[in-house]
Amino acid sequence: MELKLPIYLDNNATTPMDPRVLEAMLPYFVEKFGNAASRNHSFGWEAEEAVDYAREQVANLIGADAKEIIFTSGATEADNLALKGVFEMYASKGNHIITCTTEHKAVLDTCKHIEKQGGQVTYLDVQADGLIDLAALEAAITDKTILIAIMYGNNEIGVIQPVREISKIARKHGVLFFTDATQAVGKVPVDVNADGIDLMAFSGHKMYGPKGVGALYVRRKNPRVKVTSQMDGGGHERGMRSGTLNVPGIVGLGKACEIAMHEMEAEGKRLAAMRDRLENALLELEEAYVNGNREHRLPHTTNISFKYVEGEGLMMGFNKNIALSSGSACTSASLEPSYVLKALGLGDDLAHSSLRFGLGRFTTDEQIDFTIDAIKNTVLKLREMSPLWEMYKEGIDLNSIEWAHH
Amino acid sequence: MAYSEKVIDHYSNPKNVGTLDKAKVNVGTGLVGAPECGDVMRLQIEVDEESGVISDAKFKTFGCGSAIASSSLATEWLKGKTIDQALSIDNMDIVEELNLPPVKIHCSVLAEDAIKAAINDYRVKNGLPEMVAEKKAH
Repeated sequence: MELKLPIYLDNNATTPMDPRVLEAMLPYFVEKFGNAASRNHSFGWEAEEAVDYAREQVANLIGADAKEIIFTSGATEADNLALKGVFEMYASKGNHIITCTTEHKAVLDTCKHIEKQGGQVTYLDVQADGLIDLAALEAAITDKTILIAIMYGNNEIGVIQPVREISKIARKHGVLFFTDATQAVGKVPVDVNADGIDLMAFSGHKMYGPKGVGALYVRRKNPRVKVTSQMDGGGHERGMRSGTLNVPGIVGLGKACEIAMHEMEAEGKRLAAMRDRLENALLELEEAYVNGNREHRLPHTTNISFKYVEGEGLMMGFNKNIALSSGSACTSASLEPSYVLKALGLGDDLAHSSLRFGLGRFTTDEQIDFTIDAIKNTVLKLREMSPLWEMYKEGIDLNSIEWAHH
Repeated sequence: MAYSEKVIDHYSNPKNVGTLDKAKVNVGTGLVGAPECGDVMRLQIEVDEESGVISDAKFKTFGCGSAIASSSLATEWLKGKTIDQALSIDNMDIVEELNLPPVKIHCSVLAEDAIKAAINDYRVKNGLPEMVAEKKAH
């Protein structure tokens, strides 16, 4: 196959839409534009039918019942609805939530908000490989605990948390279990019953569907879970999320789920093989380290630190041809390096030196070959330019130097 | 964020990458920044003892493209200047020359600090008092 440039390896940020998804959506903009809540005419029926069908497609992918799917504007809204909704609905039972430090900001910042509302939140540290400590989780549960919120697969390092073990602990103590599965749904098999999940957030644009649509799974049986709505209005989505349904988006999310259901297994294997090839080739460089557990991991993700070179400087060497992300401070507005990598216990220097690779459905072997060469060459070139590399090669302990922190 | 052409040019073809013999009395070395902050610059000058002119300048930088470009540019500007002329290089000159955006101004400040640190090292080695640098906000 011919090499296609530029190469997109930032699929954890967003994925391109699958053309089959677009095709499914197109009729719902102009021709079938009805409001799914219009009960008295064919335009409404047509839209409602499309939404019902999509709800089945989504539910099928995660082993849920269609009635358990609440459509939202995306995973951020679903995270907010799950956390705030449970906090408010179960206020009489308790006010304590347990989460972990490597969660997405949509969970962490919502938890901060809940703390301001009088909630108690425990932020569990993760171990050096990014996995939570199950004993620490269980020990954190109190008689006021109402919810455990632990993500399925991490967006930066791809680490998959022991969801089944977490849900067993939650069940044992009568606590609800919510998981942000934005990076996992459609990439690895997720089954809300086998996994023991009570609430689960995910979104369309991370699985080759459209942006602006996502879903919250809310368990209806054993136990029946309820959330207080965070958006008041017409009482859509069983009263949990008002607002006219985004019919084309929902149709797209449904189609994306259906495609994932059929192709996920083969795709996961293909991407894992490509990811491993990329990773192993890059690890041939000296002082290169994979961040996070390599075994319990999403198939399409790897995060590697190239010691003694800085991430943004590194990306500049190839960002005309390759799009990916860095944990470097320089790539963020805050000038702080990745809090996820720091949570693993990485020093700021290693966090600054990291690259995140997110492979996807449209990544080719030729692109991986090109990426391997480009990154290796740039790392070698920048190390020749790096005073830290020179010191390392001379055997100078960088920790022995008094750096002028600015 | 898009880089200016000049930053890309210095990044792609950096001038004066390398190491001078820091044991020599006419070589001044400045090492500024910190790995935790994502920028470390090492800038060295070699001073011609007869004329007092900077005859050579080298750098190595760990950092983003703007930090690499700032130090590369600084070494170019230093060569052929006297110590006094070198001291007058202001970080804003670097910002202007490279069209650095506001979030990258700290790279130019670091380069100015590196120049001053290298000159100070040279002065101290040659029995001159250390200058007290005015502190710029990074």
